[in-house]
Amino acid sequence: MSAVGTLTPETARPSDGLLRRIGTVFYRRPVLALIALLLPTLLWIGVIYLGSLSALLVQSFFYLDGFSGRVIREFTLRTYGELLLQQNIDIFVRTIGMAAAVTFVSGLLAFPLAYYMARFASERMRALLYLGVMVPLWSSYLVRIYAWKLILAQEGIVVWLANLLGLQGALDWLLALPGIGGPSLSFSYIGVFVVFVYIWMPYMILPIHAALERVPRSVIEASADLGGRPGYTFRRVILPLAFPGVVAGSIFTFSLTLGDYIIPGVFGNSSYFIGQAVFVQQGTAGNIPLAAALTVVPVVVMGVYLLFARRLGAFDAI
Amino acid sequence: MRSDNQAPRAFGLSLAAFAVLVFLHFPIWLIALYAFTTEEASFTFPPPGLTLEWFGVLFQRSDFWNALGLSLVVALLSTAIAVILGTSTALAIYRSRFFGRDAIALMIILPIALPGIVTGIALRSALNLSGLNFSFWTIVIGHATFCVVTVYNNVVARLRRTNYSQIEASMDLGASITQTFRHVILPNIATALLAGAMLSFALSFDEVIVTTFTAGQQQTLPIWVYSQLQRPRDRPVTNVAALFVIATTFIPILLAYRFTRARTE
Repeated sequence: MSAVGTLTPETARPSDGLLRRIGTVFYRRPVLALIALLLPTLLWIGVIYLGSLSALLVQSFFYLDGFSGRVIREFTLRTYGELLLQQNIDIFVRTIGMAAAVTFVSGLLAFPLAYYMARFASERMRALLYLGVMVPLWSSYLVRIYAWKLILAQEGIVVWLANLLGLQGALDWLLALPGIGGPSLSFSYIGVFVVFVYIWMPYMILPIHAALERVPRSVIEASADLGGRPGYTFRRVILPLAFPGVVAGSIFTFSLTLGDYIIPGVFGNSSYFIGQAVFVQQGTAGNIPLAAALTVVPVVVMGVYLLFARRLGAFDAI
Repeated sequence: MRSDNQAPRAFGLSLAAFAVLVFLHFPIWLIALYAFTTEEASFTFPPPGLTLEWFGVLFQRSDFWNALGLSLVVALLSTAIAVILGTSTALAIYRSRFFGRDAIALMIILPIALPGIVTGIALRSALNLSGLNFSFWTIVIGHATFCVVTVYNNVVARLRRTNYSQIEASMDLGASITQTFRHVILPNIATALLAGAMLSFALSFDEVIVTTFTAGQQQTLPIWVYSQLQRPRDRPVTNVAALFVIATTFIPILLAYRFTRARTE
């Protein structure tokens, strides 16, 4: 009643005439309204963003003339041919391997927390835990990386703790491992790996939690009533039903690791990841075609990944 | 019988769950601790002493405050654009079925679904080609592009739970489309809109990857932190700045959380 009361005086306003007529046209012809509502976004994202992406793709078919250092604007596949050089293949293998390892371990660590949140925590505790996941997720990415610089430093807390527990030997052994070791934790692939897991894990927790919450209690009870022990119920009922959530989370951890150049830049050594290679090619090297072709790699990898993820039902779990 | 089996299992599980939670949070606690350390040249743990000195030093650093100011303005403007684009798209998409609807939804998600470096380099090379100079506005263009999705997602989720008959009733009772928007649609989506705007603000305020490509000489706060990270000259100042940044990003997160929760409960 009161809503009508507040509306009546305004409807009487003569200045409403034109707006009202326009409004009525839109209400009667939803297609016009649709176009009016979508036009700004279509212009912004459709033209600016997709336009930029297409321009980038086009440039990947140009090539950099090695002698003059200038980009030659004619169609060629030779820049894509350069991707097959051993040094570039190494970069892809290194990056994809890291993304896979980060995804696997994130899933392993995220699952218990998500499972506890969904099945055991009280209502109040659940809200607190949810906030406990959201706060690291949304707090500053760079500051959290900076925090790991403090943690992994030679004089930092990890080495201090290792000394305290008499584990220097183990730490030195770890750092001496070929391939993943380095002069200190803050300059090694171990460091890169730990920081990646830390930074992206919240993206894994949330979809797993959402999927676990949607497992109907009745299904679990049915399994128990039919004689399934808790472990059996977990393996045969809960895990398969929650798996799409794991896949959904893995999309984030995998994709985010694939494109990041800051973490390997801060903690890694001189062997590049894809993001760093792109950064160097477009910057100091001035080789935009190669940089563009390099960005196509993670996009294609993610495209394939998403196709598989969709088969596993990940999109219903987000 | 069943509870006997579950008790030790749940204990192990809760231990694992809290260990993971501690792993997620202790770096943030360390940031808070290091802001007070007396050590200037290294990251010694435990800190040899505690002091409030560096807070004063940070206060004097105009480069930090300029970066903070730029980040705030960029985030506000990008969020304003994202609110307009995200809300209008959500209103267009949530009830209609038309050709290309899924394509538009995908298009909006693309800027954060693709690796940031792809968005960054695409915008940079397009700006180069178009001959535009890198400026404050090029940063905003980049940020608004990937902020639209947070507003869109929040608003579209809320609209799906809103009864369309309310809107029809308002129109049938003679309200104009602007009145319907102000008195029916807006109150319904207000908290979702606010939550989306907060998240968009936080996203923009924290973004570094796209920004390094679309900023010219300007330093946003994340770029300032990044430059300190690469050549750690002023460690104590960076320690305090890090605590400051963490503390300020808490606020929009907590507010957004409240707004979305208040509605679902």
